[in-house]
Amino acid sequence: MKERFIEGALFLSALFSIFVTLGIIAVLFFETFGFFKEVSIIDFLTDTQWTPLFAEKHFGILPLFTGTFLTTLIAISVALPVGLISAIYLSEYASERIRTVVKPLLEVLAAVPTVVYGYFALLFVTPLLQKVIPDLAGFNALSPGIVMGVMIIPIVSSLSEDAMHAVPMGLREGAYALGATRLQVATRVVVPAAFSGIAASFILGISRAVGETMILAIAAGQQPRLTLNPLVPLETVTAYIVQVSLGDTPTGTIEYKTIFAVGISLFVVTFVLNMISYWLRQKFREVYE
Amino acid sequence: MDRKVFNKWSNRIFYILGLLATLIGLAVLVALLLDVLSDGLGRLGWQFLTSYPSRRPQEAGILSAWVGTVWIMLLTGLLALPVGIMAAIHMEEYGKKNWLTNLIEINIANLAGVPSIIYGLLGLGLFVRAMQLDRSIIAGAATLAILVMPIVIMSAREALRAIPSSIREASYALGATKWQTIWHQVIPAAMPGIMTGIILAMSRAVGETAPLITIGALTYVAFLPTSPISSEFPFFSIQGLFDPFTVLPIQIFNWVSRPQKGFFADAAAGIIVLLMITFAMNGLAVWIRHRHQKKIRW
Amino acid sequence: MAFKIKEVSAFYGGKQAVKNVSLAIQARSVTAIIGPSGCGKSTFIRCLNRMNDLVPQFRLEGEILYNGTNIYSRDLDITEVRRRIGMVFQKPNPFPKSIYENAAYGLRIQGISKKGTLDKVVEESLKKAALWEEVRDRLHASALALSGGQQQRLCIARAIATQPEVILFDEPCSALDPIATAKVEDLITALKKEYTVIIVTHNMQQAARVSDVTGFFMMGELIEFDITQKIFTAPSNKLTEDYITGRFG
Repeated sequence: MKERFIEGALFLSALFSIFVTLGIIAVLFFETFGFFKEVSIIDFLTDTQWTPLFAEKHFGILPLFTGTFLTTLIAISVALPVGLISAIYLSEYASERIRTVVKPLLEVLAAVPTVVYGYFALLFVTPLLQKVIPDLAGFNALSPGIVMGVMIIPIVSSLSEDAMHAVPMGLREGAYALGATRLQVATRVVVPAAFSGIAASFILGISRAVGETMILAIAAGQQPRLTLNPLVPLETVTAYIVQVSLGDTPTGTIEYKTIFAVGISLFVVTFVLNMISYWLRQKFREVYE
Repeated sequence: MDRKVFNKWSNRIFYILGLLATLIGLAVLVALLLDVLSDGLGRLGWQFLTSYPSRRPQEAGILSAWVGTVWIMLLTGLLALPVGIMAAIHMEEYGKKNWLTNLIEINIANLAGVPSIIYGLLGLGLFVRAMQLDRSIIAGAATLAILVMPIVIMSAREALRAIPSSIREASYALGATKWQTIWHQVIPAAMPGIMTGIILAMSRAVGETAPLITIGALTYVAFLPTSPISSEFPFFSIQGLFDPFTVLPIQIFNWVSRPQKGFFADAAAGIIVLLMITFAMNGLAVWIRHRHQKKIRW
Repeated sequence: MAFKIKEVSAFYGGKQAVKNVSLAIQARSVTAIIGPSGCGKSTFIRCLNRMNDLVPQFRLEGEILYNGTNIYSRDLDITEVRRRIGMVFQKPNPFPKSIYENAAYGLRIQGISKKGTLDKVVEESLKKAALWEEVRDRLHASALALSGGQQQRLCIARAIATQPEVILFDEPCSALDPIATAKVEDLITALKKEYTVIIVTHNMQQAARVSDVTGFFMMGELIEFDITQKIFTAPSNKLTEDYITGRFG
């Protein structure tokens, strides 16, 4: 009798996570529904201006997503190559001792609060870059993008390294026996064999960059702009939500509802990315575990 | 060039490249720490820890911020712990292989990847508006508890999975029921691992900014939450849970976004405190895990 | 008769591990089960206290009567079965707790928490397991600090503490050195006075030393079941003879 009760409580706790997802969807949908009563979905998706806080309102999400796209692109062009090369080094070249020292140190990078990275991007990296690129504005996409990339390196390298580590030794030995160098074994045997695991880490890194907020709210600016120029201020989806939240926007106004409308767009994008990553990891596990 | 020589050199070059790629992250970490220390160390002091924020950078402090952070941290841990552990126990010990278990599993993997600001929107819609908790500590802690729940669940599951089945068998063989076995043997044995997960989850909560801004946590707070200990009967008070609050990362963000340069030093000093808390918690988590691994070899 | 086993077959999913075994086990005797690895002897002994119920997809056919009751009947409380039929495992598996708490656990889960009772039972069972003298002044030290042999005797004490009638031993010495093995064997012989003992072993000398009756298993079947002395001196089956003379296994 008592056991039954406990089991029920445990089951409900496990179900709780489902309720959380449903709650997120419900809250986002509810407010977004109100938003689309006032703004047409066509305008939302195609208008090239985002000015809900101005007198002349435009509700085109494209500028915000362009901002998110550009900063994510910069971040992953730092994180993916560096993370992958570092993972190959750690998995195929580094000694066990180096690995046990370096991996936890890299994970410290992931433990640093993002507001700290924002400070670093705004007050250290941007001034530094300005010495090389004089045209760089005080707020820009480049500097927070790079810092975000560095923040994501541990995600990519750690998960990719796990995937490469799971590749059976026999595959490597087969190639070594044919006289291949370490590099050849790594690039022609290990990386292809661990491909779905590595891809999963890439996509998780991208998802992380898309959802990152504070670095961009601090260092990228608050000017929604349809541009791919990394040197000028812009605004991302996430930074916009922060901007509105900081103001005194009354509940029920269209400005208030906008954050849920852009929130749901963000949720959908990251949801798809997370699912692809999950699916790739499952695929990888089926092969090697 | 000779093929063999080429192979040999490309191998060497890659070795150096790999080393560099691995060191970049660490180099950035060092640069970041040096930058923050050089900017903020001068502001750090007793006055900084015991003052409320101020219009004048030299007089500003983080009293309300760090007190808020401690409240939020403890409360988040307290809220996330029971549900997280219970969910993990269900999934590891009771979960049968069926579509529902699969769904829960996928769902948790997804929740772990949902951007933190989305949790802020959830908290805003659910706790602040629907449940009318307003911009209170409890609304903030509940939001963060949901945010860190996947971390708690995943680490608790790993800890439970590490308990060898021989321990479970021994308990069953003495006539223990399933729950007795879990309660008396499995959970205590998995406790260090579970604690590690909770501490990491709390350290994550300490660093979160965006969700708390979204639920409307204030950026300028010149008072403390009502103390949980009161001088009159019944000697404790939960009033503090419903008070407005701010936390360290929000205070830092506020200072970074000010145009006056003087506040940057305050921000840096705040960052030093924030990083000390985060690193201390991560260190504690590593220490618990390490000590436990040394002590018990199954 | 303590146990009457009638036409028992055991399956893991589609795989049959025990094939149509029938035998009877005398109370207060030592019965040894021998056979090459993978012969189903471990599966068999784990049927006797329903440990196999923990394995998903496990299925049993036939009847196992203990004192006349079918232990697999629906209305029987499985925890009661395991309380009366104790078990000691292949590898010592003390709980990561104190020596005292290991021995007291069986009583604690029955809801007994009076210190006087627990103290008494812990001391008695540790004495019966010939461990008392070695640990009496460090009862609250971690059980994991004991040597392998001591851990195994603690596991025996832990099983004794719940006052079972039967103790099952599943290759109890396979992880122990010869000296520790000798101690456990002496203990098994001594336990016979009060308990019904069934021991699975891959060590034929051990079976010959400690048991009164021996069953020889091969590929899930019970090939021969007889007085130990007869099995080892004049087996009636050719397979048994080949096995005990070391032609295979």
